[in-house]
Amino acid sequence: MTQDNRISGGQIDRSRPLRFTFDGIPYTGHAGDTLASALLANGVKLMGRSFKYHRPRGVISAGSEEPNALVELRSGARQEPNTRATVVELFDGLQARSQNAWPSLKFDALAINDRLNTFFTAGFYYKTFMWPAAFWEKVYEPIIRRAAGLGSLSKQDDPDEYDKGFLHCDLLIIGAGPAGLAAALTAGRSGARVIVADEDFRMGGRLNAETFELGGASGADWAARTVAELASMPNVRLLPRTTVIGAFDHGIYGAVERVSDHIAVPAAGKPRQILWRIYTRRAILAAGAIERPIAFENNDRPGIMLAGALRAYANRWGVAVGKRVAVFTNNDDGLRTASDLRAKGISVEVIDSRTGAEVIDSVGRLGVKSITVRDAQGTRTIAVDAVGVSGGWNPNLSISSHHRGRPVWDDAIAAFLPAPDGPAGLTSAGAAAGQMSTHAALTHGAAQAAAALSDLGFTAPAADLPPAEDAPVSIKPLWFVHSGKGRAWIDQQNDVTVKDVKLAHQENFRSVEHLKRYTTLGMATDQGKTGNVIGLAVMAELTGQSIPQTGTTIYRPPYTPVAMGVLAGRSSGKDFRPTRLTPSHKWASEQGAVFVEVGMWLRGQWFPRAGETTWRQSVDREVLQTRKSAGICDVTTLGKIDIQGTDAGAFLDRVYANTFSTLGVGKVRYGLMLREDGMVMDDGTTARMGQNEYVMTTTTANAVPVFRHLEYCRQVLWPDLDVQLISTTEAWAQYSVAGPNARKLLQKLVDQDISDAAFPYMACGEITVCGGLRARLFRISFSGELAYEIAVPTRYGDAMIRELVAAGQEFDAVVYGTEALGVMRVEKGHVAGNELNGQSTALNMGLGKMVSKKKDAIGVVLSQREGLVAEGGYRLVGVKPVDPAKPLTAGSHFVATGKPATAENDGGWLTSVVYSPHLGHSIALGYLKNGDTRRGEKLRAVNLLAGTEVDIEIVSPHFIDPEGERLRG
Amino acid sequence: MANRLKALTPLGHDAPETVTVGPLTITENTSFAMASLASRLGREGDVAKAAAAAGIPLPGPGMSATGATYGAIWLGAEQWMLDAAFATHEDIRAALLPLFGDAASITEQTDAWVRFDLTAPDLPALFERLCNLDTRALPEGGTTRTVIEHLGCYVVKRSATQISVIGPRSSAGSLHHALITGAKSAY
Repeated sequence: MTQDNRISGGQIDRSRPLRFTFDGIPYTGHAGDTLASALLANGVKLMGRSFKYHRPRGVISAGSEEPNALVELRSGARQEPNTRATVVELFDGLQARSQNAWPSLKFDALAINDRLNTFFTAGFYYKTFMWPAAFWEKVYEPIIRRAAGLGSLSKQDDPDEYDKGFLHCDLLIIGAGPAGLAAALTAGRSGARVIVADEDFRMGGRLNAETFELGGASGADWAARTVAELASMPNVRLLPRTTVIGAFDHGIYGAVERVSDHIAVPAAGKPRQILWRIYTRRAILAAGAIERPIAFENNDRPGIMLAGALRAYANRWGVAVGKRVAVFTNNDDGLRTASDLRAKGISVEVIDSRTGAEVIDSVGRLGVKSITVRDAQGTRTIAVDAVGVSGGWNPNLSISSHHRGRPVWDDAIAAFLPAPDGPAGLTSAGAAAGQMSTHAALTHGAAQAAAALSDLGFTAPAADLPPAEDAPVSIKPLWFVHSGKGRAWIDQQNDVTVKDVKLAHQENFRSVEHLKRYTTLGMATDQGKTGNVIGLAVMAELTGQSIPQTGTTIYRPPYTPVAMGVLAGRSSGKDFRPTRLTPSHKWASEQGAVFVEVGMWLRGQWFPRAGETTWRQSVDREVLQTRKSAGICDVTTLGKIDIQGTDAGAFLDRVYANTFSTLGVGKVRYGLMLREDGMVMDDGTTARMGQNEYVMTTTTANAVPVFRHLEYCRQVLWPDLDVQLISTTEAWAQYSVAGPNARKLLQKLVDQDISDAAFPYMACGEITVCGGLRARLFRISFSGELAYEIAVPTRYGDAMIRELVAAGQEFDAVVYGTEALGVMRVEKGHVAGNELNGQSTALNMGLGKMVSKKKDAIGVVLSQREGLVAEGGYRLVGVKPVDPAKPLTAGSHFVATGKPATAENDGGWLTSVVYSPHLGHSIALGYLKNGDTRRGEKLRAVNLLAGTEVDIEIVSPHFIDPEGERLRG
Repeated sequence: MANRLKALTPLGHDAPETVTVGPLTITENTSFAMASLASRLGREGDVAKAAAAAGIPLPGPGMSATGATYGAIWLGAEQWMLDAAFATHEDIRAALLPLFGDAASITEQTDAWVRFDLTAPDLPALFERLCNLDTRALPEGGTTRTVIEHLGCYVVKRSATQISVIGPRSSAGSLHHALITGAKSAY
C-alpha cells in the first residue's frame, strides 16, 4: 500500500523505507516512524478492539499514554502482547497484529457485547455471576477469562537475554522535553553527574511535535543541538528509549532501557532490555503533560483522537490523519492544532466549547465519518475523517505519587499538580509542574536544576536559554457533554463510560477508591493516564462537590508495563542462581554421580555402578559396604567457622546450650545451639585446635545463618569478649571416611600414627598427608561407624578424593552420597533438618540433658517454659513397621489403633523415613507425644494425603549399635 | 608444601585460565596466598606496631593497600585480608603468626576464594551491570564487599583499568560465567 496520508515535513528519514506488516498486510514506513504513525500514514485507523465491548478502536494519542492501540508484536517465542503502537519504533520486518478480535479486526463476533451493553455496565460481574456460588470457579470465571483480556502469550520460553544494572548520579532528570533539556544543560555545565532518561527514541519531547521557534530555530532543531551538546559532556549520561518506571526508597529509581526493541533480534550477547536501578541524590520530574479528552457520545471511534496527537503526527511524522478535520476544544491549545493543520493545507473546523458549541455524537462503524455539533444555531452534522479533542492538559505527575503523595488541584490550569509531599529529593519542572508554556518550561527546568544542585553544593552557571513562546493557559473546563442516552467514554482501555460513573454514584460507590474498583476506571496498565481526571470530574458533578473535594487517585509503579523478563534479569533457566561445586565435583562427574541441589551446592546424591538400575540399589550398596568395610563422603558443604580469641571458650559457652570452655585442646564435642526462644537452631561439632582457637561446624543449610548469628552475638551482645570469627567453609576440602576399615584406609595416607591410642574417639589435630601436605583430622562420626573427617586445602580436594578412592580399593571402599548419609544417620538416630524444624526443643529431640544448668546460654531460659517442658510433649522416637514388608511414608501421623484419623487423635508425625538395608525394612524417626515412655507400643502411621496406613511399633531411635561400640572401635 | 598431590585452580583446571571479551581480559589469578588478620580485643596498638615493623599496610575502611611483600584489604573493624606471593608464602599463616604473636587472630584463607583480575579501558561499563558499587567514583585502591551474581564478593580497584573480583571459590564457575556474559553485554 502507498502512504496516502503522508505529507511533507517531519523528523522521519524518507531515504530509509522500512517494510512491516499489520494483520498480515504489508506496508511501508520510514526510519523515525512509530508503528502508529506508519499505520496512520498508510490510512489505517482501525488498530484494535476494546476490552469489554469489542468496539472498533484506533490510536488516540502519540505517546505512552495510549489506551487503545494495543497490538501484538513479532511472532514465535518473541511474540509480545499489549504493546502500544504509539511507542513502537518501526523497524524493517516488524510484524504486528491486532488483538481481542475474532475472526477479524473488521468483523469481530464478540462485538455482540456492544449490543448487550446494558448487561455489561459497571459491577455486572458482581451482580450477574452471584448464583450458584459453586459456578464461579468452574464455569463463570473461565468463560469470562476467555472473553476478556487482550493479547495472548506465546507460551514459549523467552529467547532473549535481559540485564539488570546499577547507575549512580547526583541528578536524575526524568524526561527530555524543554524543561528536562534546560535542566540537563544547567546541571551538565555545573560538573555534577547527570543522567537524563526519556522513554522516546528521539529526545526533545513536545519540541519535536510543535512548530514553535526557539531562538530562531525550530524546536526540534534546538532539541537536537542541545542533545548533541549534552552527549559531549563526560558527566552527562543520556538514556533514550528508557522509561523511569518508579520512585523507590532512598533515592532509587527504576528504569527500563529498551536496548534492542527497535531491531528484529538483539545482537549476539546483547540484552533486549536492561532494568537500571538509578541511585541519585536528587531527581527532577520533567515528564511533561498528558492531554485529556472531552467525553461525548461515541467519542471512541477510530479517527477521534487527542488534538495534540493530531498535530504531533502532522508535525513530527508528516502524517495527515484526515483530510477533513474537526477540532473540539475547551482551551487555546486545541486551536494550535487547527492552525498547524491549516498551515499544512488541511481543512479544519473548530468547535470551541467556550463559545457554547459542543460535539454531541459521532457516526462511523470502523472510523469516524461525521460528527453532530450543537451550538446556538441548533444541531448540525459535519462530515469529517478525523477529530482532534482537547479537554486541557494534565501534568504528568505519576512518579510523584509513588510514595503516596497526593496531587494538589490548580484552578488556573484545571488540573492536578504534583504532590508537595512526593518522594524525598524529587522536584518537578516544566509542564509536569504546571508550567505550560515553552518559555516557562525552559526557565523552570533550569531553575529547578539550579536549586537541586545548590542543595548539593554545586554552582550552576545560568543556562543560556533561547527565547520561546509564552502563551498563557486559557481554559474553561468541560469534562463531558450532556446529551442523549448513548455512551461517552472516559477510560477507553477499560471501557468505562460516563454512565458507569453515574451508576457507581447511584449505587453509592462514591469514594474515589470505590469508584475505581467498581468501574475499573484507571486500573491496570493504563493507570488512568487520560481518563482519571474526567472520571473524578463526573463524580464531582454528581455529588455537587469540587474535584479536589471528591478526591484524587494516586498512581502506582510501574509507569508503563514492564516485561517480566527484565525483572528477572539473567536469573532464569540454568542461570537462575549460581551453583557451588564441592572439591570432589570433577571426580564425581566422571563417575556419573547423580547430583542433588542442597541450597546452592550440588552434592553427590548417589554414585550408580554398572548394572544398578534403581537408586535404591546404589544407596543400599553404599550403606551396606560402608558399614561392612569403609565409605567415603564429601562433607565440605558443612559450615566451618574459625573462632579465635582469649574469650573464644566463654563465647561458645554462651552460644551453645552445652559447655565448651572445658573441652581439652585436641578434642571435639557435639554442640547444640538454641535460638533465643529456646528452639534448637542448629547442631554440629566444634573442635578445639589450640588454647584460643576453635573450629565450629554447622549444618550445610545453616552455615550462613549461624555465622550471621555469631557475628551478631560478638558485635552486638558481647562486644566486651575477645573473639574473632571468620568462615573457612570454602578453604578446606573435607571428607568423611567411615566404617570398620576407615582407620586402615586413612593410615595409608596420613603421615602420623592414627591408632586408637594416638588418635582416640573425639580427637582432632593438625596432621600431614601424602608426604607433607598440611591437613586436619577429626575423629567424629555421623554414621555411627568408626569414622574420621579429614580436611585438606581445597585446591587439593580433587587429588585427595582420588587418593582416598585408590587407598580404599583394597578394602572395597565405596564413595557414598547424601542418600546413604541420610540412611545411616536415621539408623543411628541422629537428628537432621527434618527434626531441626525450628519448632522443636532439645527436650523434643531427646537431647534435653545437653542443656547445661550450670551456666546461661542463648535460649536456655525460654527452653524451660512451662508449656515446653510439660508432660505430654513430643519426644523423638524410632518407628518400625509391624509387618517388615510394609513401607512407611514420611509425614504420616501417629493414630492409636481403633481411633479415627482425625486431628484430635493426632499423636505426632514421622519426620524422617528411610529403607534400612541393614535391617531389611523401613525405619523412621518421629515426634510422638510422650514418646520416651511409649517404647513397644503399637500404633498406626496414617498419611491421608498419600492414602497410606501402616501398623507400626515404637522403638528406640538408635537402630544400630545403640551402645556406640563401633565408633569407639 | 612437599607432597605428591596435584592442585587444581578454582575453575577446576591445572593452570589458571585467561579469557578475552572485546577490550576486556579476565585472568584467574592463583599467584597469591591469603590469610585474615584480626586484632585481639585491646591489642589494636600491638597489631599496628607489628604490622608497621613488618611493612604490612593496614588500610582504613573501604580501602586496600600494597606493601613490598604483603598487600591488605580492609574487611571490617580491626580486620584485614592479607595477601602475599604464593610462590614464597604458600603457608602464609605460618609466616604471619610469628609477626603478630598473640596480639591477633590469623586464619588461612587462600583456598576460600577465587580471584579474577579484570583489565579494560572502561571497566565501569561492565561493573554497572554486575553490582551496585559505583566503580566510577571509587578511588584507586577502593575496595568494597558487594554482591555479584548473588555472591558476596570483594571488588578491589587496583587502577583505572584494573579491578580484581575476589569471590567464593566454590562458585568460581558461576562467577566467571557472570563476568563473561556481563562483558559480552557491555562491550
